[in-house]
Amino acid sequence: MASRFSIRKTRLSRSTGGDIVIILFLLIGGAFMVIPMILIISNAFKPLNELFLFPPRLIVRNPTTKNFHDLMVMMAQSWVPFGRYLLNSLIIVTLGTLGNVFFGSLAAYVISVRRVPGTKTFMSIVVLSLMFTSEVTRIPNYVTIAFLGWIDSLRSIIIPRWSAPLGLYLVSRFIEGMIDRSLIEAAEIDGAGDFRIYWQIVMPNIKPAWLTMIILSFQELWRTQGGHYIYSEQLKTLPYALNQLAAQGGVARQGVQAAVTLIMMIVPIIVFLINQSKIVDTMGHSGMAN
Amino acid sequence: MFKEMRAYKMCYLFIAPYAILFVVFTVVPVVMAILLSFTYFNMLQPPQWVGMHNYIRLFLEDEVFLIAVKNTLIYAAITGPVSYLLCFVTAWLINELKPKVRAVLTLLFYAPSISGNAYVIWRVIFSGDTYGIVNGFLLYYGWINAPIQWLLDPDWIMPIVILVVLWMSLGTGFLVFVAGLQGLDPRLYEAGAIDGVRNRWQELWYLTLPQMRPYLMFGAIMTITSSFTVAGEISNLVGFPSTDYAAHTIVQHLQDYGTIRFDMGYASAIAVILFFMMVVSQRVVQKLLNKVGE
Repeated sequence: MASRFSIRKTRLSRSTGGDIVIILFLLIGGAFMVIPMILIISNAFKPLNELFLFPPRLIVRNPTTKNFHDLMVMMAQSWVPFGRYLLNSLIIVTLGTLGNVFFGSLAAYVISVRRVPGTKTFMSIVVLSLMFTSEVTRIPNYVTIAFLGWIDSLRSIIIPRWSAPLGLYLVSRFIEGMIDRSLIEAAEIDGAGDFRIYWQIVMPNIKPAWLTMIILSFQELWRTQGGHYIYSEQLKTLPYALNQLAAQGGVARQGVQAAVTLIMMIVPIIVFLINQSKIVDTMGHSGMAN
Repeated sequence: MFKEMRAYKMCYLFIAPYAILFVVFTVVPVVMAILLSFTYFNMLQPPQWVGMHNYIRLFLEDEVFLIAVKNTLIYAAITGPVSYLLCFVTAWLINELKPKVRAVLTLLFYAPSISGNAYVIWRVIFSGDTYGIVNGFLLYYGWINAPIQWLLDPDWIMPIVILVVLWMSLGTGFLVFVAGLQGLDPRLYEAGAIDGVRNRWQELWYLTLPQMRPYLMFGAIMTITSSFTVAGEISNLVGFPSTDYAAHTIVQHLQDYGTIRFDMGYASAIAVILFFMMVVSQRVVQKLLNKVGE
């Protein structure tokens, strides 16, 4: 990794003026991005009187964990145990993401590596479907899901997710961008079957693609509230339950609301950090191999 | 023909699960919705065929729809190009930094779009009472003597929504650019340096951008879909509907008819028009992107 950078540094000149502009841009942009985030974190630890203070304070002065404590107490009083909500969320997120990445990348392999006739058209339909607002497709979808008997079952969220357009489109872009055709041809000459080429050559080489896909899919499914197909309380998800607690109660629950916002945000951030660090790792590695 | 198909047997097996699910859960519903757009359908009685009536109503009888079209075009024209450039430029600048710094900055810029409703914090920032952060500071330093109703005043609604949308615009496209840039072949840059690429702008135009082509169109489509369909953020920030429909968008209008008035045929017609608007802008962007790196 380091060597790659030093090579580029010595060969291509970088003007100091340009560097200053870039640093300024990143500083100002970064501040704009980060200040509201600081406020979210800080608000979660503010006692109620500090949430309503004039002049308002960005940073908490007397941090307290009371908001989280209140939230715990409310969660303990819940009719459905909170572990159940969490479990539902975890099932949806894990199975939904795995299926989305797996089936999406299998299809992308056929389209972008094998280039099977006719599949290119299929992909342009997938891309077009990204531009159709999903709210009006709810009724036909309801009919289908009722026909399949998936109403009031987690399947109604997980299985349609496996064909999410983004999964196929994103992976196929990375195959175009990262896979060297000669690698595939060499494997074909060696007599490798389709599944071996997919699993041992394509997938390891596009690690950033599926790591990114996991981040995106996780983040979207994590905030699923239960959709339009789930009615039973014990099948609802964690964000649904947390929002129920935070949404009621006006001023008195402002602190709890702030705590909920922080909790909902922190989990995808952790997933993001783990995946992102792996992306950096792999790229360093393949750079060396080259 | 059959011989060819047999050779690709494995491939058809690979693509089958995705294709079947996609047809069942996306293609069929979309086709149904397009058909519904030519009907009157109130979700209780069976749909009645009304021909082009919904479309005629949209353009000739529905003033709010025209406001929504105007607002949506303003959003798309401002937030679309700005957020696309921000996504790429930020990803490109971050890519030049050391891995550790890069990881921190990626998180910093990506964090706003990571959690679905983190943006509601802007409601606190622009709150109309004196506890709102902006009002609080302006009052405290004596710049204003009465709190401004940021989220209710039609003059302020639009700029604030645009600000918030830009705040969370470094999303999917940005992440893909970051990952894509890291996967570029370093050998090309060495070769480029020998061929006389002198500064970072030439390097960007002749080496980086052409290699990034697969991701550029992807990012553009992500930006188009998100900038044409802003709705939830607006409803949560400035209410639904906003004062004087000052921030009303096409998708909000669609939600109004689809989920409140139960006029599904009309809502579907709105979705079809929105779809065509996005497809047209996608074609234009594609033409522009084809010129990159030439």
